[in-house]
Amino acid sequence: MYTGRSLVVAVTIGLIAFVLLGKLFLIQVTDDSYLRKAERNAIQRVVDHPYRGLVYDRNNSLLVFNDPVFDLMVIPREFHLQDTARFCELFGIEKQSLVTNFNAAKNYSWVKPSPLIKQISNEEFARVQDFLIDYKGLFVMTRSVRAYPQSAASNALGYIGEINAPQLARDSSGYYTQGDYVGLSGIESYYEPDLRGKKGAKYKLVNVRGIDKGAFKNGDLDTLSIAGENLQATLDLELQVYGEKLMTGKRGSVVAIEPKSGEILTMISAPVYDPNILTGAKFGENYQKLNLDPEKPLFNRPIMAMYPPGSIFKIVQSLIGLQEGILTPNTTFACNRSLVNCHNHPSPVNLFGAIRNSCNPYYHQAFRQIINREVSQNTYTDTRIGLDNWRESVLKFGLGDRLGIDLHGEKGGSIPSSQLYDRIYGENRWKYSTIYSLSIGQGEMLVTPLQMANLAAIFANKGYYYTPHLIKAINGDPSRIPDRFKTKRYTGIDSVHFDMVQDAMAAALSGTAARAIMDDIAIAGKTGTAQNPAGEDHSVFIAFAPKEDPQIAIAVYVENAGWGGRAAASTASLLIEKYLTREINRPLLEEYVLAGEFIY
Amino acid sequence: MRQKDTYFHKIDWITIGLYFALVLVGWLNIYAAVYDGQNNTSIFDFSINSGKQLIWIGTAVVLITLIMVADYRLFQNLSLVLYLVFIVILFLTPFIGKEINGQRAWFELGIFRLQPAEFTKFATALALAKLMENPTFDLGKWSHQAKAMGIILLPVALIMLQPDTGTAMVYSSFFIMLYREGMPQKYYVFSLGLIGLSILTLTINNNWYLFGGLAVVVVLMVLASKKSWKNLLGIFFLGVLMVTYAYSLDRVVEKLPPHQQNRIMVLFDPDVDPLGVGWNVTQSKIAIGSGGLLGKGYLEGTQTKFDFVPEQHTDFIFCTLGEEFGWVGSLVMISLFVALLLRLVFLAERQKTRFSRIYGYCVLSLLFFHFSINIAMTIGLFPVVGIPLPFFSYGGSSLWSFTLLLFIFIKLDSHRIQILGRSY
Repeated sequence: MYTGRSLVVAVTIGLIAFVLLGKLFLIQVTDDSYLRKAERNAIQRVVDHPYRGLVYDRNNSLLVFNDPVFDLMVIPREFHLQDTARFCELFGIEKQSLVTNFNAAKNYSWVKPSPLIKQISNEEFARVQDFLIDYKGLFVMTRSVRAYPQSAASNALGYIGEINAPQLARDSSGYYTQGDYVGLSGIESYYEPDLRGKKGAKYKLVNVRGIDKGAFKNGDLDTLSIAGENLQATLDLELQVYGEKLMTGKRGSVVAIEPKSGEILTMISAPVYDPNILTGAKFGENYQKLNLDPEKPLFNRPIMAMYPPGSIFKIVQSLIGLQEGILTPNTTFACNRSLVNCHNHPSPVNLFGAIRNSCNPYYHQAFRQIINREVSQNTYTDTRIGLDNWRESVLKFGLGDRLGIDLHGEKGGSIPSSQLYDRIYGENRWKYSTIYSLSIGQGEMLVTPLQMANLAAIFANKGYYYTPHLIKAINGDPSRIPDRFKTKRYTGIDSVHFDMVQDAMAAALSGTAARAIMDDIAIAGKTGTAQNPAGEDHSVFIAFAPKEDPQIAIAVYVENAGWGGRAAASTASLLIEKYLTREINRPLLEEYVLAGEFIY
Repeated sequence: MRQKDTYFHKIDWITIGLYFALVLVGWLNIYAAVYDGQNNTSIFDFSINSGKQLIWIGTAVVLITLIMVADYRLFQNLSLVLYLVFIVILFLTPFIGKEINGQRAWFELGIFRLQPAEFTKFATALALAKLMENPTFDLGKWSHQAKAMGIILLPVALIMLQPDTGTAMVYSSFFIMLYREGMPQKYYVFSLGLIGLSILTLTINNNWYLFGGLAVVVVLMVLASKKSWKNLLGIFFLGVLMVTYAYSLDRVVEKLPPHQQNRIMVLFDPDVDPLGVGWNVTQSKIAIGSGGLLGKGYLEGTQTKFDFVPEQHTDFIFCTLGEEFGWVGSLVMISLFVALLLRLVFLAERQKTRFSRIYGYCVLSLLFFHFSINIAMTIGLFPVVGIPLPFFSYGGSSLWSFTLLLFIFIKLDSHRIQILGRSY
């Protein structure tokens, strides 16, 4: 039957069928991209956001919690508004923004919900709740924002916000998606992996218009979210709040550390801002305001501001001299003001006297002996070798590099090396007379307030420190904090050398910082003045107390407040009193600090 | 009694079996297309398309019965009358038809809608058979070719007024029948060459490559031909013609209405506009492609269940099958069709009269065209033209017209001994 032209027709039929089946084989069997596209079409992943972990202070007072806010969602297809004016009045929204939001919702989808009014507070929600039933196509979605019951420790705790594009690009784990909230600074940022918990997901089937068609595979693949872990901070909330009160109207830093653990009791960056303003609906607006503020409240001064250490550094010089055998308690130098200026005090002085009187010429001469040991005939070479050896000893005090606190953005300060001077002056073009300012903590030398507080802790501990940190337990487990916070770090200075230094620090207060002295608590401290070419000097003070069994080591910086003995020493002393006794028995001193008139 | 028994045995039950197999599978797929997994509507529910299709199938069975009991001479005698009646209806359709999707192609009778253009197909087939059964009819002659073309082009012109390009295109399938009946081969060579050249023109963006390729073809032809002046001149003119055609085709496509232009562009690059014009093809390919080797299982296809493919119970019904039964299901279904088509070739060839053979080839041509173009369109091998998949697609007009078409031939075949037509 199939002959001639009928055969051609039959063969053509077979050929076309073969082509169709071949193409079908290609798209159905060999190519699985269509399967993925089909899943993307019909399976929608709905994220179940976890509850973010809470943060408590060292005494289990709440620092950060989650506050529910309400997003009013609208389904444009179902929403019909008769009386726009009344609606606007009830929900406290301007007509213009109602129209804008509703149009945005309509453009996104006619049938899927979009936010109409975002982040209605708890109180406001209670007010409008009853009116909701009058409107079709509206429903409420609950979310939570961070809240701070005491409005304290904003810079240490940090804030959360929507993840930005670079962060999203850096996230190699693929955990985050656009619109997720992440810690952007402070503890929120550093402990993000612990705080965030784990997102859950529901897989549901949707049709072409995005309408829910039930669970995918009966929900077998769905996962529940896992709440974030609670953190216990090392901060003492009461001390923090009191310190912030004392620093009101000032610029500067306060860092207090528990010496025997490295736990940070208080960390203040003044001017402080209320952390509650960086949550909820006004985040963007308030962030702009803070960011543009010339006082730079978002700049976390304790770990980011750097100043020359000034006189306080003389204690480090003394300890290095003692350890190296260059100095003994009896080493005496004349207060030779032709070398470097000084103030009136008896001369000559021994080491104790030098610390007590903060004698500049003494350290000019002592530092020369530390640097120039005559290991080389060439004075340039000799200085170079001496400087690098000295620098190594200084670095062991936690200076010149980041300490490694559990915050992002910490600055390391700087301790000059021979390479730095080579760059500035050229090789073999500098010697002791070039670098002698280092002897009194000036010159090419910068430290952060955190490093200064750590120095105080080292003096209190007689030679060691723990890396200062803000978190002492994760989910109630102290062993889960990073290992570097559990390691004792030695300065290489024998503890015997600290006895005399501690005594001198205690004795010095009667001369330089009499306001800091308390009747019942023995305190050792040292004033400093960070020179500020742009205006009044910064007032600096470090201390620890009680001297015999130190519980607190503190560094206070008050910018443009002149002598360390006034603003900084008074503030530090009040905070020590507060921490050790939980009360203030010196109302006059408190008044003096609160008034903030330090220059007269 | 014996007489009746013989008639019963003369009916080709293989074709009828294939017909019912296809209709049944089609009906199950229509249910799968409307099924959304949430409300447990029965396949028999008359409020949904599968239930309605069951009514159409039922009425089709009535139609079959009527055809089978009718006098077989009726179709032969009435062929020209039927043709004229449907031409008049077609002519009236644009004036009294109901407008749907910008086309006036439907008549509304109560709750049912009928598409006259669907029925014109079998009337045209009958008219062609009637015209060409004359033993003096010779497709080698110009005037005879023109008569046949006239019968075909009259309904095409009227359908274009609706306008319904897809249905009009279907009439080109009669060239398969004409080929069998002796239309000169050169027309087909020329047409295939033209189609090939058109595809190349539309796919190759840089015309210089195309012109270069054509130059190579011309050179090869010169080398292969006998070198006479006449031949060389002919080849030269052919070359000029091809270049002119390719050049002007691009210009013409630019002048087409945008929706037709896009349908052609989408064929070559479905990503041109995946959410707009490309949506149908993109979603259709996703549905079919996601079926894999064995498919997702009956009623388990997410793409068809959740309406991602438009027109999925009518023109794109093949998606449901491709998604839920995979490549193996497609193989079975295409095999059923191929079996039916080859069976029709066999039946047509065994006819004693030219009338039945020509009519048989018309049936085969129409089914073959619908079948191959519809599936090719769902998998992106052909532009989206709105033509149904015979026996599968939802809809009374299409099911009735294909049933009529096929069963008139089965009826003629069952009487092939008795027909005392002018056999040659």
